[in-house]
Amino acid sequence: MYNIVQRRKIYYILSTILLTASLLMMGYSMLTIGTPFRLSIDFTGGAYWEFTLAQPAQPADVRAVFLNQGLNDTSVTTVGDSGNRFQARMKAVDPEVKAVIEQQLGTQFGGIDTLEYRNVGPSIGREVTRAAAIAVLFASLAIVGWIVFAFRNVPHPLRYGVSAIVAMVHDVVIASGFAALMGLLIGYEVDALFLTALLTVLGYSVQDTIVVFDRIRENSKRHMGEDFETIANRSLLETMGRSLTTQLNAFFIMVAILLFGGSTIKSFIAVMLVGMISGTYSSIFNATPLLVTWEKWAANRARQHAKAA
Amino acid sequence: MQRSHLGSLITVIIVGILALLIALPIDHPSWFDAIAFWQPKEFRDLQLKQGLDLQGGLQVLLEADAAALAAQTTADRDPMDAAKTIVENRVNGLGVSEPLVQRQGDNRIIVELPGINDPDQAIGTLKGTGLLEFVEMGTNAIPAGTLIATNYGNVTAPISGTQVISGSQGVVDPTTGQPFVTLITGADLKSAQVSIDELTRTPVIEFALNDSGRDIFRTYTSQHIGEILGIVMDKVVLSAPRINAAIDGQGIIEGSFTTESANSLAVQMQYGALPVPLNVVDTRAVGATLGADSVSKSVTAGVIGVLVVLLFMLIYYRVPGLLADFSLILFVLINLAIFKLLPVTLTLPGIAGFLLATGTAVDANVLIFERMKEELRDGKSLRSAVDAGFDRAWRSIFDSNLSTLITAAILLYFGSTFGASSVRGFAITLAIGVLVSMFTAVFATRVMMRLVYQRRGVDESALAKPALLGV
Repeated sequence: MYNIVQRRKIYYILSTILLTASLLMMGYSMLTIGTPFRLSIDFTGGAYWEFTLAQPAQPADVRAVFLNQGLNDTSVTTVGDSGNRFQARMKAVDPEVKAVIEQQLGTQFGGIDTLEYRNVGPSIGREVTRAAAIAVLFASLAIVGWIVFAFRNVPHPLRYGVSAIVAMVHDVVIASGFAALMGLLIGYEVDALFLTALLTVLGYSVQDTIVVFDRIRENSKRHMGEDFETIANRSLLETMGRSLTTQLNAFFIMVAILLFGGSTIKSFIAVMLVGMISGTYSSIFNATPLLVTWEKWAANRARQHAKAA
Repeated sequence: MQRSHLGSLITVIIVGILALLIALPIDHPSWFDAIAFWQPKEFRDLQLKQGLDLQGGLQVLLEADAAALAAQTTADRDPMDAAKTIVENRVNGLGVSEPLVQRQGDNRIIVELPGINDPDQAIGTLKGTGLLEFVEMGTNAIPAGTLIATNYGNVTAPISGTQVISGSQGVVDPTTGQPFVTLITGADLKSAQVSIDELTRTPVIEFALNDSGRDIFRTYTSQHIGEILGIVMDKVVLSAPRINAAIDGQGIIEGSFTTESANSLAVQMQYGALPVPLNVVDTRAVGATLGADSVSKSVTAGVIGVLVVLLFMLIYYRVPGLLADFSLILFVLINLAIFKLLPVTLTLPGIAGFLLATGTAVDANVLIFERMKEELRDGKSLRSAVDAGFDRAWRSIFDSNLSTLITAAILLYFGSTFGASSVRGFAITLAIGVLVSMFTAVFATRVMMRLVYQRRGVDESALAKPALLGV
């Protein structure tokens, strides 16, 4: 029987490296832009405008039109290679001002076609942020509640629960670190969908962990007398096929969306994919080994106590 | 086969045929549309509804000015209801198909206009207070486009229940040094419509007054021939024509209008002034090109993703995998049918939720088949391994689906905030997918598995060979 649990130090080291890298990404991002990730206008308020002009133009010339209307913090970048597709980001604007800019761009560059325009007032941004905080709080409570319920009958529920939660935090940190990295590299902005990806990852991550732990509980009864490490390892091997296969199916779908899907949800799917892979990894290589480490440590202590007495 | 199993089989077949018929992208005969009997007749078209990010269009969130709203609200009167009705009328005046106007919270109205190609014009039409005034200007011809102050709206008790923007800013009457005097307002208007001026070939707005307005108008114009009567919209001068003769309650407003701007103004005049000023606090506009691009890409991604999953299940689990594939196809059909029946408006995140649910819909089958394999390795017969697989895996399936549903419920709550409406689409399709998968992956697959594997002598037949079981 292949022994996964025995090599647990390697997984701990690997996870520590990944977690440190993720935290560094967010820290670096914090230092350079002030937030752990680039926040989108969903949370900060502001305007985003993507459009094509009839003629190719220099971003600086396009930006000048915005500056004329007093929008001094506007940034204009080109999208793709055609030289006539642009993204503009600015603070929230009045519809009247936007209409004037649109008209001027149209006359100056021979016509304009809006692909996407979004304008979020600052009050809306604050509301979304608050709703997001509440959603995260609820989700955390629901998941802890779920874990308490799932492990109500095991001998040491705290050990199971904490191990599952550590694995879950691991996934969230890695997915967040990935979002921070994408922010630094390609300007990815964290929006409401990012939170959706994180919460979905949380759900699936806990599921995977619970399946393994369930099996450990079942096998503890069936193979009474075996030591815990062997039981845990057996349970892992037995559930691994299931974990990998289900993961693989979701993986196929997400990769298909990444390769062929609409551009606006690609980063959402990318964060989810990284989180899901981390979730499968952590339930096999972190949650169960942690549980084994804990059980062994507790058993050792009990033995030492017995000796001392 | 047992009797109850036969019943289950028939159920699956009937549901499958119905789902297929509904999901087919065709024009259904009208008698068939009646299957969506809970919807109003005009919406029973069994077409997939596309969100704004797919078909292009405009979504705006209008928020009432807090101070004005507080001043207007009484125990038995909610100005937001009146505002919503006026906004609705204006939306209808824009001639958009399938618009949506809904109140949100205490002080907001959300408007969705699919397929609109000039969002700026539409926003202008919706949010303009729409206060039309005929203003006494004496001999001072104030140029069009000037923001003026009038005595209407500065009065403490609002005239005929309309509160308006403050008149304190803007140009005052140079003769008196006071705000201009308002003769009548749009409240006395009977109708307003756009027509083309015969001589100049430019758009103008024709208006007609009601009885009380007509009396005031006739009396005033007959006494002030040669003077200027300003026509003012939301405190901005539209035109300042000279009174040439007594006017009998109808006339023409000229100005440098385009057909669109004239139409926008006429719509605002026609449906009256808003009781409270509305501000645009959130706007989302998606061009039709981007939407169409998203649709075709999503379809490609979906088809490829599902094909890969189908192929994988077939190769990995062989005959049981083939049955799981049938269930997955049934899953897709039932989902599409539900989207049409409820209906669910599909957005990009919504499609992502549906596709993710598709990827995890076979999870239950994976759990069941893995359990089955274990039972077979323990030396059970194929017949009993099938049942044992389903029974043993059921708890895990239920647990994991329940936790996904909890996640979806939390997302749905979060997504109900306006800015996060994209999240809602994802949560809804994900939740529907999880529920449908309980039927297809557990119930339908089981029916098919029994049909294939629970016959006499199956353990000795070719079906029991490992190559066909994926063991």
